[in-house]
Amino acid sequence: MARYRPPPIPASEITPEPVYRARREFMAGALALGAGAAWPGESAAQMVMNVSVVEKLQFRPNPRFSTDEPKNTFEEITTYNNFYEFGTDKSDPAKNARSFRTRPWNVAIEGEAEVTGSFALEDLLKPHALEARIYRLRCVEAWSMVIPWIGFPLGELVKRCKPTSRAKYVEFTTLLDPKQMPGQRFPVIQWPYVEGLRMDEAMHPLAILAVGLYGEVLPNQNGAPLRLVVPWKYGFKSIKSIVRIRFTEKQPRTSWELSAPREYGFYANVNPEVDHPRWSQKRERRIGAGSLWDRRPTLPFNGYDEVAGLYRGMDLRKFF
Amino acid sequence: MTTAADRWVRFGLKPLVYAAGAGPFLYVAAGIAGVDGVNLGANPVEEILDILGIWGLYFLLATLAVTPLRQATGWVPLMRLRRPLGLAAFFCVLGHFLFYLVVDRALELDTIGEDIVKRPFITVGFAALLILVPLALTSTQGAMRRLGRRWQSLHRMVYVAAFLGCLHYAWQVKADLREPLLYLAILAFLLGWRWVRHQRRLKHVAPAAFERLG
Repeated sequence: MARYRPPPIPASEITPEPVYRARREFMAGALALGAGAAWPGESAAQMVMNVSVVEKLQFRPNPRFSTDEPKNTFEEITTYNNFYEFGTDKSDPAKNARSFRTRPWNVAIEGEAEVTGSFALEDLLKPHALEARIYRLRCVEAWSMVIPWIGFPLGELVKRCKPTSRAKYVEFTTLLDPKQMPGQRFPVIQWPYVEGLRMDEAMHPLAILAVGLYGEVLPNQNGAPLRLVVPWKYGFKSIKSIVRIRFTEKQPRTSWELSAPREYGFYANVNPEVDHPRWSQKRERRIGAGSLWDRRPTLPFNGYDEVAGLYRGMDLRKFF
Repeated sequence: MTTAADRWVRFGLKPLVYAAGAGPFLYVAAGIAGVDGVNLGANPVEEILDILGIWGLYFLLATLAVTPLRQATGWVPLMRLRRPLGLAAFFCVLGHFLFYLVVDRALELDTIGEDIVKRPFITVGFAALLILVPLALTSTQGAMRRLGRRWQSLHRMVYVAAFLGCLHYAWQVKADLREPLLYLAILAFLLGWRWVRHQRRLKHVAPAAFERLG
């Protein structure tokens, strides 16, 4: 089988650095000003032209599922995050994911469902209308951000797969490719990364599959081209660069649970009452809050109380 | 006795070590002041904690490397670097702790108390700091003279502090143990070196003493 070689990129297609910078500024400006604002002068027109080069996504805002807290900057979100496939420092993903190829990209649908097989990402996304959701993200390391994702409800995709009555869980797997993902060359945790949700969690309208950030295609370091976002759970549940979605009868064995079962559970719901064995989860630091002293209380389910019903009757100390 | 080598260490290397000791603090200050080219990243509090902690460990290991280096090279003036390196380690570790207390935890007494009692990695780090305090206080020439032979026994506690420091680092890492294990290996080498020499000395000295008792 011939290996796929991406065609060489003509020089004309490479965005010059100043244009790239201007685009970022334009995006920030556009978001600050909102739609319908007038652009003064020629320079703005010039910038609008440049914007047409970028892969902007078509989406509508979804205020019902969005917080109005101040958003973290694009810079913060894209330079400070965990993506161990690209290194264990939080600045590593931005450095090491630059040449990561997200095209072509296939996602395998497997397991207890009527619709299974390998699907090109474009085909998988086609039926779904994208929306913007501004979510809080609470990392298990006690820091948090507010992130404007672009995506669609995971539940819609699950429904299209027509899971059978035996499907109790959904398991997600990240790409395994040590050539492109240098972090995978050392067994820091078990590769490939695996995460999972109970079926009712997956069907909850807050759970989304994200393909974009700040109106643009998801940057590589944030889990391009397709990632999960489950805002009421610790960040590590929101698996990145997904290549397989499998419907299972048994609870999936997730990577962090396998790595340290005392410290990371399958549920991993944000819970100020249940400490990580090595640190308190009572408070969190909001990244970019302006003050070095910003320490705010962590809220149960990260403030998404509407999911509490999913866990009624469960001992959340036991099922942490 | 002032040889050229000795002068070089005293007036060249020693000030350099003091400057290196101030380095992490200057870097952090520059980052907070927003000096161009110094980037503490999106989470400056975590970054500052990490910088002070890791440099505390570097200086501690460097302090412990002085004696083996002197023995290996026979270059006695090197010993002059031991105190500045030890003090640099102490101040980084103290800064690390105070920054954790005042900024990272914003003096939240509930979570700090919980941390020190319930979280072994913090207990261990705190113990290392407590060990370093009397060592820093007795690092002067005067204290060395006053304590005499006891000075050395007291300062051997630095071996324990360094081990606890490595443990503190290894214990707080989420999954990637490569770096902390490297420091533990370096420490094992530095302590192993001393142990081997000590064993050898026993072997050579003891029989001679017995002969004399004859």
